[in-house]
Formats: sequence, C-alpha cells, structure tokens
Amino acid sequence: MAGGQERILRGRIRSVQATKKITRAMELIAASRIVKAQQRVAAAVPYSELITEVVKDLAAAGAGKDKPFLAGRPDVKRICFVPIAADRGLCGGYNSGVLRATEGEIKADTGGAVEHLVVPVGRKAEGYFRFRGYNLGQGFAGFTDNPPYSVAKEIGEYVVDLFVRGEVDKVVLIYTRFVSAGSQEVVIRPLVPLDRGVVEGGDGKNAAGADYEYEPDPDLILDTLLPRYVEARVYAALLNAAASEHAFRQRAMKSATDNAEELIKNLSRIMNRARQDSITTEIMEIVGGAEALAGDDDSTPRRVEYVMADANQTGGRV
Amino acid sequence: MADASGHLRVEVVSPERVLFSGEARQVITRTLGGGEIAFLPGHSPFLGAVIENHTRVYLTDGTVQDIAVHLGFVEVGPDHVSILSDAAELAQDIDVTRAAEAKRRAEEQLRTEHSAEGEAALRRAHARLSATGGLGASH
Repeated sequence: MAGGQERILRGRIRSVQATKKITRAMELIAASRIVKAQQRVAAAVPYSELITEVVKDLAAAGAGKDKPFLAGRPDVKRICFVPIAADRGLCGGYNSGVLRATEGEIKADTGGAVEHLVVPVGRKAEGYFRFRGYNLGQGFAGFTDNPPYSVAKEIGEYVVDLFVRGEVDKVVLIYTRFVSAGSQEVVIRPLVPLDRGVVEGGDGKNAAGADYEYEPDPDLILDTLLPRYVEARVYAALLNAAASEHAFRQRAMKSATDNAEELIKNLSRIMNRARQDSITTEIMEIVGGAEALAGDDDSTPRRVEYVMADANQTGGRV
Repeated sequence: MADASGHLRVEVVSPERVLFSGEARQVITRTLGGGEIAFLPGHSPFLGAVIENHTRVYLTDGTVQDIAVHLGFVEVGPDHVSILSDAAELAQDIDVTRAAEAKRRAEEQLRTEHSAEGEAALRRAHARLSATGGLGASH
C-alpha cells in the first residue's frame, strides 16, 4: 500500500534526525575538548623541556655512558611496541591509522628474527591486537580522552621494568602527534633506549658556561632521573594522542552530521512524492467510482463535479 | 658568575603544570644523601636529586612560600632555581587533617612491620605537615 510506504519513510527520517542530534552533540563536545586538551599539551611542555635539558647535561658530563638505557643493547632480540589508540570508536581514521602503522612496524621488524611484544594503550588497540593473536603485554585503557599523569607513570614504570629485566631490548611509542587542530600525524618514536638525537647536544654546563656540581653523583641522579624522563615522554605522547583523538572525532562527527542532513533531504523528497502519488491514486479511485455510478444513473453528474473540484484543491495544496 | 646581588627566578614544575614561579632571595631544599641545602643568588651551577622535604622559598617581598616536594630534581644556576617534581604541593593546597591522618597510619604500619613504602609515606606526611607548620620546627 502507498500509505504504508509513506509511514516507513517517515520513520526513517525520524531515526536519521535522532542520529543527527547525537552526532551534532558529539561534534560540539569534541570541539570544546580539543581546546582543553591543547592547553594540557602546552602545560606539560615546561616540565618535559627542563627534564630533557637535565638529561642532556648529565649525559654530556659522561654519566651513564655504558648504561644500556642510554647506549642501547648490542643485539636487539625483542622489541616492545606501545601503540596509543582510543578507548572508543566514532573517530574516523584515528584508531586505524595508529594500528596500521604499528602492524606495519611489527611486520617490518619481525621479518628477521626479532620478536615483538605489544603493550596496547586504549581499548581499541587492545582489542585489535588480541584478536589478531599478537604477543601482548599488559594493556592500559579507560583514560585516553583525558589521561592523568599517574597513568603515564604506570606505563613508564612497566616498560622501564621490561627493559631493565632484559625482557625487551627496545621500546617504541606509536601515537598521533597533534600538530594543529587541522593536522595530526602518526609518529613512531623510540622511547628506550633514549634517542641519540635527544641525548646529544648538551654540554654539561649551565647557561653561564660553568660546570655543574652534582649531589649525589651524576650516575645516581641519572638512575632516578631516567625513569622520570621516560614517564614525561609517555605523558606527552598521551596528551598529544588525546588532543588528536578529539580533533579526529570532531571531524568524523561533523561529516556524519552533514551526511544525516543530506539523507533527511533525500528521504523527505521521496516521502513527499509517495504521499502525492497516494493522493492522486485516491482521487482517481473516487473519480472512477463516481463515473461508474453516473453510468448507472443520470441524476448525479453535479455531485461528480463537486468531488472533482475538491480533489483538485487537495492536489494543488499538497 | 652573573649578578650575585640579584634575585633568583624560582620555578616549581610538575608534569601537568607550572606549580609555582616567582622571584626569591633564598631557596632551601633537601637533596638525596646531602641533607638540607640553601641556594642564594649567584650559586654555582648545581644539579641534585631531591627527596621528600619541606622546601622554603624566601620571596623578594619578604614572605615565605612553603612547598612540600616529594621526590624530584633541582637545577640551579646563578640566577635561577628550577625544581622538577612529579609530586609537589604548595602549603596552601595541603589538607592538614588528611596529612596528619596519613602520618598516624604510616607510623602505625611501621610499628608492626618495616617497609620502604611505609617509610616513604611517613616522610611524605612529614614534609606536608612541616610545610603547613603543623609540625612545629622543620625537622
């Protein structure tokens, strides 16, 4: 029946409208959170700059030269990958970007005899790698849209412990760097041992050009400092990932809202046509019926005209 | 050495934000194994690991900013003192009753069994109470 089709279309339009309201709300929430996440990224900069400076100066002063933490291990047998993805979906290509980069990196590295260990951050990362049968370490999830420092500490302690115990010989971070609201990129950064580029460049001297005094000695300071440094790096990565997640989600939800609008427009057009069709059919049925009656009895032509005039009015209005 | 009569630019930085920044005449803190140490303007470059302590910053306006610093690092130059700590609290942000309660609990625990964790908790509580003046003179 024609009327049935109209009802179905009306239902679909309603459902698309409801979805549109949800995606619009998610878009606005994500947009407001980008700003906050950006501020947190900026707020973390002084600490990480200072700690990087201190690490550089200590390394330049010759502390920990032969420590695996700085120098690395001669042969790398097992690499630990730490992909940072989201807890939730509905954020476009955010998760798949990180996960694909991680998978590519694992495949490239394990082409030889190198083993891998994945320490997934974010529920989506954990699900992805578990389902595909990768070697998993401990997973961390439930905070990716607003990561506290305590989580960065936990992750840092965990990977540092893996490295110190010799279970892995290298730790790699994979996350989405927040360049600006309009641009984010997936980056792959070595975490442990420390990147040469990070460590070099210090001169072991203060800005004034004098050598530092150390208390306790440089090696001891470095021992307590390096885990903190790793945590700061993890924290910066988490904050960048969170900001990127919101940016991705905002874009994805914006295009979802736009699509919903388009869909509603098309559906209403079809629905209107269906309603017009059903009215036309009804008129034809009435006219047909009246004419059939007129054939039997000549005394009713005026009534037929009346009905037709009414029908034309309705048709014109719709 | 730069200008020794000048002021120290003091910054206490935690990973999440800059906790405190200001100009000071003197900063007293405590390093790992080294005991308490005071920095005046013109101090030679210094790098140290900091343990739980009550850090005092003597501001140029004559007031003293008390800070409970729980582990971290201090980097000193002739004209600045930077304290890096992933757990530091300004005295005005500390809940004294909670700190006292934590101290009591830590002491109780240490009476029955000796643990590094309990000791650290006691030192943290001490630093907090000392910073808020709830301990009398600083230990």
